[in-house]
Amino acid sequence: MEHRADEPRIGVYVCHCGSNIAGKVRVAAVAEAAALLPGVVVSRDSKYMCSDPGQEMIQQDIREHALNRIVVASCSPLLHEETFRKATERGGLNPYFFQMVNLREHDSWVHEDADAATEKAVDLVRAAVRRVRFHRALEKTEVPVHPDVLVVGGGIAGIHAALTLADAGKRVYLVEREPTIGGHMARFDKTFPTLDCAACILTPKMSSVKAHPNITLWTYSDVTSVSGYVGNFKVVVRRRPRYVREDLCVGCLECIDACVYKEGRVPDEFNAGLGKRKPIYIPFPQATPQVVVVDPASCIRVKTGKCKSTCVEACDRDAIVFDQKEEIREIEVGAIVVATGFETFDAARIPQYGLGVYDDVYTSLQVERMVNSSGPTLGEVRLKNGSTPRSIGIIHCVGSRDQKTNRWCSRVCCMYSLKLAHLLKEHTGAQVYNFYIDIRAAGKGYEEFFDRLREEGVNFIRGRVAEITDWTMTPEEEGRLVIRVEDTLAGFVRRIPVDMVVLAVGLEPAHDAQEVRRVLNIGCSNEGFFMERHPKLAPVETFTEGIFLAGCCQGPKDIPDTVAQAGAAAAAALALVDAGRVELEPNTACVVDEACSGCKTCVALCPYTAISHDRERGKAAVNGALCKGCGTCVAACPSGAIRQNLFEDDQIFGEIEGVLVHA
Amino acid sequence: MPEPWEPRIVAFFCNWCTYTAADLAGVSRMKYAPNTRVVRVMCSGRMDPQFVYDAFARGADGVLIGGCHPGDCHYIEGNYKALRRFRMIRRVLREMGIEEARCRLEWISAAEGEKVRRVVNEMVEEVRRLGPLDLPGRAAEWDEEVSAHA
Repeated sequence: MEHRADEPRIGVYVCHCGSNIAGKVRVAAVAEAAALLPGVVVSRDSKYMCSDPGQEMIQQDIREHALNRIVVASCSPLLHEETFRKATERGGLNPYFFQMVNLREHDSWVHEDADAATEKAVDLVRAAVRRVRFHRALEKTEVPVHPDVLVVGGGIAGIHAALTLADAGKRVYLVEREPTIGGHMARFDKTFPTLDCAACILTPKMSSVKAHPNITLWTYSDVTSVSGYVGNFKVVVRRRPRYVREDLCVGCLECIDACVYKEGRVPDEFNAGLGKRKPIYIPFPQATPQVVVVDPASCIRVKTGKCKSTCVEACDRDAIVFDQKEEIREIEVGAIVVATGFETFDAARIPQYGLGVYDDVYTSLQVERMVNSSGPTLGEVRLKNGSTPRSIGIIHCVGSRDQKTNRWCSRVCCMYSLKLAHLLKEHTGAQVYNFYIDIRAAGKGYEEFFDRLREEGVNFIRGRVAEITDWTMTPEEEGRLVIRVEDTLAGFVRRIPVDMVVLAVGLEPAHDAQEVRRVLNIGCSNEGFFMERHPKLAPVETFTEGIFLAGCCQGPKDIPDTVAQAGAAAAAALALVDAGRVELEPNTACVVDEACSGCKTCVALCPYTAISHDRERGKAAVNGALCKGCGTCVAACPSGAIRQNLFEDDQIFGEIEGVLVHA
Repeated sequence: MPEPWEPRIVAFFCNWCTYTAADLAGVSRMKYAPNTRVVRVMCSGRMDPQFVYDAFARGADGVLIGGCHPGDCHYIEGNYKALRRFRMIRRVLREMGIEEARCRLEWISAAEGEKVRRVVNEMVEEVRRLGPLDLPGRAAEWDEEVSAHA
C-alpha cells in the first residue's frame, strides 16, 4: 500500500459542457474553490472536457505537475467515466486514480437557482477530492468469452440478428416461444411503402435460419433462467412438448386431415381469431420448422387420454408421440440478443369503438389476414353478412397518443393504415376514410406513399373518432355503422356511415415483458419497453453487459428500423464474442485476512455464492470470478474485513465528509 | 449561522436504478430542490449502517437511500438486505431521538426520473419542517453535560 503514503497531487477539471453546466453553475468559481482544497495541485475549468483538447490537458498536467489523482466534474459517470479513465491512463497513471463528479444530470440540469447549484457543485467536487486520495491502483480482470450467442425471439429482428451472427461464423441458438418463427411480420400481407409481399421477403430468411449449419433453432421453447455474466452466461431453455417429433415430421399435414375434428374448432391465433383451426395444426403454410403442433388445451387425447387418435394412425413416420415430455436444455453463451417483440393494443379497452360488439369492426391485424390470399378468407374482403363493403373507415391511433391508454406514438400505424387503405380499395373498390390526428409519414418514400393514396382518392378526415355506433338518424345510415368524429379541419362534428371499421391498433410491450426482463436482469422504461443503455450512444446495449436489444421489444419501430437495429445488435454481440476476451470492472470484493474472524456472516449473504469459508485457515475467501461487486458482504462484515474495490469504506466516508464539511 | 438554514440531505443511490433515474431526471430537465448530495454505490446492499450514522454525525439533516424495486435488484437481492438494515437503522435512530422522516428508503427504478424529483422535494420539505438536526452541536452539548457531572 505504498501509494497511500504518497502525498496526493490532485488535478481537478470542471467542465462547462458548452452552456449545459456553465449556464447554471459558475464553473470558474467551482474551480477556484477546488484549488484551495488540500492536495489539489491543479484546478481548471474548460469548455468541453470530453473533447480531445480537454483530455490532452489532463494528460499534459499529469506529466508536468506530477499529478497522481484526477477529478473531472462534468456529466454522469455512466456516460464518460470510461473516457476519462482512459485519458488518465494515457497520462501515465493507473486509470483508477480517477473520480468523476456529476455536475450536469445531477446539478445544472435539475436546479434553477445558480447560487444553490454552484454551492452543490463545490460540495460534490470537495467530496470527490476527499474520496480520490483513497483510490488505489487496480488491474482490470480479463475473462474468456464463450463464442456462442443466444437470440431470444424469432420475429424479423431475431431472424436477422441470428443470420448475421451465423454468417459471421458464430454458433447461434434461436429460441422462439411460438411453434414457428416469423413473428408479426409473417402475418402481414404487404409491407409499406413498397407494397412488397411480406411473405416473399420474410420466408426465404426463415428457411435460411432452418437450413443454416450454425443456427440451432428451438421453437415452442422459453428461456427460463439466465445466470452468469458478460461473456459467460448460463441459460436454461425449456422446450415444451409439441407431441410431434421434429426429427421425424416432414410437414405432410396428413394428421391434420385425419383429426377426429372434421372442422376447425379453435380460434386461429395466427389469423388473429378470424378463422378456426384444429387441435393439431400448423400455424401457416410456410411455418418454420415445417412441423405440426398439438395444442394441449384443445386436443382431446392430451386432455382426457381418450380419443381414437386418428392422427397417430395417419402419420406413416410415427412422428406423433403423446407421451412427449418437456425438455430442459442448458447452454452456455457469451452474448444474448433480446428480440422478443411487441403485442398489439387490445382495442376492446376502448369500448366506444365497438370491437366485439359490432360484427364489422376489425383490428388492423385481422384485416391484414383478411386481405392476404392465404388468409382465412383467401383474400376476399367480406362483411359478416357475406356482402362486399362499399365504404370503410380506418381509425388511426387506437391505443396510441392517448392519455387514457398509451401515451406514445406507435410509429407504424399511420403507414400501415395507408397501406391497408390502398389494399382495401384495391380489393373492394370501396370508399375508404382515414380518421387521423396527424399523418406521421417520416421515412424513405413514406410521404410519397401518402401523396399516392390521396391521388388514389382515399379520404382523409382529421379528428379523433368519438364513437362508433349503430344508432342511426337517416335512411342512408340504416343498417350501417356510424362513425362520429369532430372534423377539426372543417370545424364541425360529422357522422360518417360505413359498412366496415378498421381499428389501427398501436404497439405495446408484450404481456410478459416484465417477467422476461427479470429473467434477463435488464431494465424497462416507464411504458414497459426494454431500456437501452443510452438512447443515442448505446441504443442496442442494456445496463447488463453482454445483453443486447433488437426490434420492438425496445420500442415501436417499423420493419426497416427493426432490421437495422437487429444488425446493430448482432454487430455489438459479434464484437464481444469475436474478441474472445472481455475486461471486467475491478469493483469486486476481497477479504482482508488479518481482520477476518471467520464468523461466516458474509457467506450466506452473497447471492452468487462467491464467498466460501476456508475451514483450515478459519477465514472467508471471495472468488473474484464469481463476485459481481454489489458490496453487500462489505456492508455486513462486523469486523470490516471485506473491502470492495472502487467502493471502499474510506472512499465513501471521504465523500460523506466532503459533502458535509461546511454543514 | 449567518445564512438562513437549508436542509442538507445525503443521498445514497444505487448505480443501476436510482442513480440512473436521477440521470434521467436530469436529461428530462425536471427541476427539484438543490439540497441533496448524491453518493453513488453499486447496490443499496452496499449501504453500511455506519454511512448513515456518519452522515448524521457530520451534520446531515436527512439521509435518503435509493435502490431498485423489490425483485428488480441488479444483484438479485441486495435491496432486500438494504431493507433489513434500514429497519435496524431506523430503530437505532429512534433510540437516539432522531425523527423517522429524516431517514428514508425509496425504491426508484431507472425509468422513474419523476419519482426522484417527487421524493427529493417531499423529503426536503419534511426535513425543513423538522428543522436542523445539528447532531454535532448536540453532541458537543452532551459532552459538556457529561463533563459537568464528572
